Amino acid sequence: MNHQINRRQALFGAGALTVTVLMPGVTARAQTIGLDKRPPLDARKLASYISIDQNGGATAYYGKMDMGQGTDTGVAQMVAEELDLPAERVSIVMGDTALTLNQGGASSSNGISAGGVTLRNAAAEARRLLVQLAAQRLGVAEGDLKVENGVIIAINDSAKKVSYGELIGGRWFDAEVEWNGEKGNTLAIKTIAKLKDPKDYKVIGTSAPRRDVAGKINGTQDFVSDVRLPGMLHGRMVLPPVAGASPVSVDESSIKSIPGVQIVREKAFLAVVAPKEWDAVKAADILKVTWSDVKPPFPEQKELYNHIRAAKPVASGGANTNIKEPEKVDAAFKAADRIIEATYEWPFQSHASMGPACSVVDYQPNGVTRVWTGSQKPHYTADGVAAILGLKPDQVRGIWLPGPGSYGRNDAGDAAAAAAVMSKAVGKPVRFQSMRNEGTGWDPKAPASVHTVRAGLDKEGKIVAWHFHSKGFDRLDVNSNESFPGHTLAGQLIGAPLKPGHTYGTPSESYRFPVKQQTWDVVAPFLASMSPLRTSHLRDPLGPEIHFANESFMDEVAFATKTDPIEFRLRYVSDARDQELIKAAAEKAGWQKRTAARRVQTGDLATGQGIGYSTRAGTRVAVIAEVEVNMKTGRVRGKRFVVSHDCGIIINPQLLTQTIEGNILQAFSRSLFEEVKFDTRNVTSVDWEGYPILEIGDAPATVEVVLLNRPNQRPTGAGEGAMRPVVAAVANAIYDATGVRLRQGPFTPDRLRAGLA
Amino acid sequence: MTKRIALNVDGKSHTFEADPDMPLLYALRDDLGLNNPKFGCGKAQCGACTVLVDGQPIRSCVTPVDSLATSKITTLAGLVQNGKPHKVQEAFITEQVPQCGYCMNGWVMTTVALLDKTPKPTDAQIEEAFAGLKCRCATHMSIVRAVKRASAA
Repeated sequence: MNHQINRRQALFGAGALTVTVLMPGVTARAQTIGLDKRPPLDARKLASYISIDQNGGATAYYGKMDMGQGTDTGVAQMVAEELDLPAERVSIVMGDTALTLNQGGASSSNGISAGGVTLRNAAAEARRLLVQLAAQRLGVAEGDLKVENGVIIAINDSAKKVSYGELIGGRWFDAEVEWNGEKGNTLAIKTIAKLKDPKDYKVIGTSAPRRDVAGKINGTQDFVSDVRLPGMLHGRMVLPPVAGASPVSVDESSIKSIPGVQIVREKAFLAVVAPKEWDAVKAADILKVTWSDVKPPFPEQKELYNHIRAAKPVASGGANTNIKEPEKVDAAFKAADRIIEATYEWPFQSHASMGPACSVVDYQPNGVTRVWTGSQKPHYTADGVAAILGLKPDQVRGIWLPGPGSYGRNDAGDAAAAAAVMSKAVGKPVRFQSMRNEGTGWDPKAPASVHTVRAGLDKEGKIVAWHFHSKGFDRLDVNSNESFPGHTLAGQLIGAPLKPGHTYGTPSESYRFPVKQQTWDVVAPFLASMSPLRTSHLRDPLGPEIHFANESFMDEVAFATKTDPIEFRLRYVSDARDQELIKAAAEKAGWQKRTAARRVQTGDLATGQGIGYSTRAGTRVAVIAEVEVNMKTGRVRGKRFVVSHDCGIIINPQLLTQTIEGNILQAFSRSLFEEVKFDTRNVTSVDWEGYPILEIGDAPATVEVVLLNRPNQRPTGAGEGAMRPVVAAVANAIYDATGVRLRQGPFTPDRLRAGLA
Repeated sequence: MTKRIALNVDGKSHTFEADPDMPLLYALRDDLGLNNPKFGCGKAQCGACTVLVDGQPIRSCVTPVDSLATSKITTLAGLVQNGKPHKVQEAFITEQVPQCGYCMNGWVMTTVALLDKTPKPTDAQIEEAFAGLKCRCATHMSIVRAVKRASAA
């Protein structure tokens, strides 16, 4: 590995050689191209997206990420399809800022719909150019050529043929594409090539296997926490017992029994760094620190929702979705025969990733600084590390390796920033991994919120006015990527300024009401900086809680008007695909019509069935949950989930199904168990006892997925859409089982018992 | 104070100097470079650090390194014999179980121990054997399929 190459440096060479890259501390994990031979990354160059290997297969350079759902496999299928190659002959390179453009990392479930589409377009253009080359080489008109498995063949004379590898293998495309000038999620290209007609697809729609599975099971896959560099030290942070406090003095003698420990202190940032990891753990534990005397920043937890209700908004937004004039909304409610209103409350939730985040930074002021990260946005991670270190972005190379899970803006970006501060301070490569209490206690949180929904009904019980209002903490108090130091915990500790996003969101469905208004208010954080309750994106940001309110309320209004909940929804769903979706779920689930809670009970166990439906960036999902409630203990168990799912054209049905299953179970976990606990001083739910999640005994017996394939519709993503309606489906199922309407999550035994009392 | 520690891991003997109170996990990872046991919690609450000690799954994050001199320790990579994955590994691969994969060590090791003792576990036995293990990606449906596949193999 040539350590001195940086990603924007101009490098020209004779041709690409396929070599095995050995990263220090990381065993050969992928075949990739000879970095020193590649033209510089430039979004206008086809070579930045795709190359042909010497063996005639293809490599695509993916500037987004797969976080374990097989997105890279799907992208390989899209590329393979356009190139007329089998999926297994397309390699995907991702997660290295020196090798890939910034396509936004894993973000917004658009790995296929944005990132994959860009590479598909590049692949189609590559095929067009290859056919053009072959036409010249073979002396056959382009229109008289076909491609089979990477071999271009004259239709009328199969002896006339040439493979991709023979044409260009080991060299780079010297062609341009029309780039839209954007970077990140919105990066897009236009090319001359015509895309394949979906009716001719052979690779898209098949269940090609994932590429990362065997390594993760046989133990050959290195994770970010497994990176070891020569001379590397281990770091641990020391965070205050009262949120917002800074170290006033540090008693170095308190750790003198542990050899070789260095203390890193910069403003409020405090860490220990040691040659041995266990020594760093011990030193962080016993270091005596005097902390500044700060007023405990949080209210008592029981005051959380009162606080949100009473707080003055710092930002407001939303829209009258079909009426321009606000006074018409008021008039519609005034004219209504009857108004129904309900309020729903949702707590802070933690990413609580499987392990606390880890990062390794090797600070090199005069060379290329490298950061190994599990962040789902390594380009932005590298930018943030550069800013923290006072380097230019092109002096830092970000290298992703699988981390301990990532479902949004978790603690991975914070870990990279912290490792950077430590590496610079000690002048050595530093591997930093948090401890569990930091991973759960100090990660960015999904914001707590209160949602009020109001419906005006006419005499026939039809909805004539609708107002959905959210009030909650900032969706992006810290940004969804870590490219600005002030948006990371370490950056805040060293005093980097923070500009909060001050934004929220609104429900997404296709209900058509004569007057429909969706609005939000954002309230200020309890603590503006260095807060363990700073908020950001957690998988399907705001989706579970907003639609918990929206879809619970649909059931409430349905029952208030003595209407079956599915029949009620279908009256208002305006999109034909959504109609079909809901009907498909109902049919598969064997939906039992009801106009009130059925309260089916045998012994202590009540069973119920409930629906939730929502859309997300073009993807639409309906979930019917069947749950069992123990009427004595209040314990809820999942029995069966039926999911109908329409995300446009399906790339890989098997991986899609497993992605949906993961979404359903993770959302079920959030429905039943997950609530960040805090006292006035700090977050108190700091491990798996304080912040329990779903275990195998809590998993439903079955998850049945109905995939609605739309071959002529663009793919719209599946990473988060199925998270969204689950909480509501569970709440509605609990109501069906018990007659108890839970308007505050999660649905713990305590809340159930209180409702049943 | 450090002392000389002896461990037998995946059929190989190792000796090294370490704090006797140090958990086995740090010895495996940092002293022996065996990365498959992962740090998840350090509190025996998640299972990511699981290794087999004489066939029994234990949490290496809370097991003192100085308590295992006469034991045989097996890690995830040690299940692979002559390049051939264990049948439990094959089942987990066939079912494409892992998403992020960080927890998989615990699930695979625990499945091996379970099926060793109970080749045809009931759902209740599966639930009992895996109590306490966490998978944040929530791949539990795939895990159960893989356990059943391995049990049928």
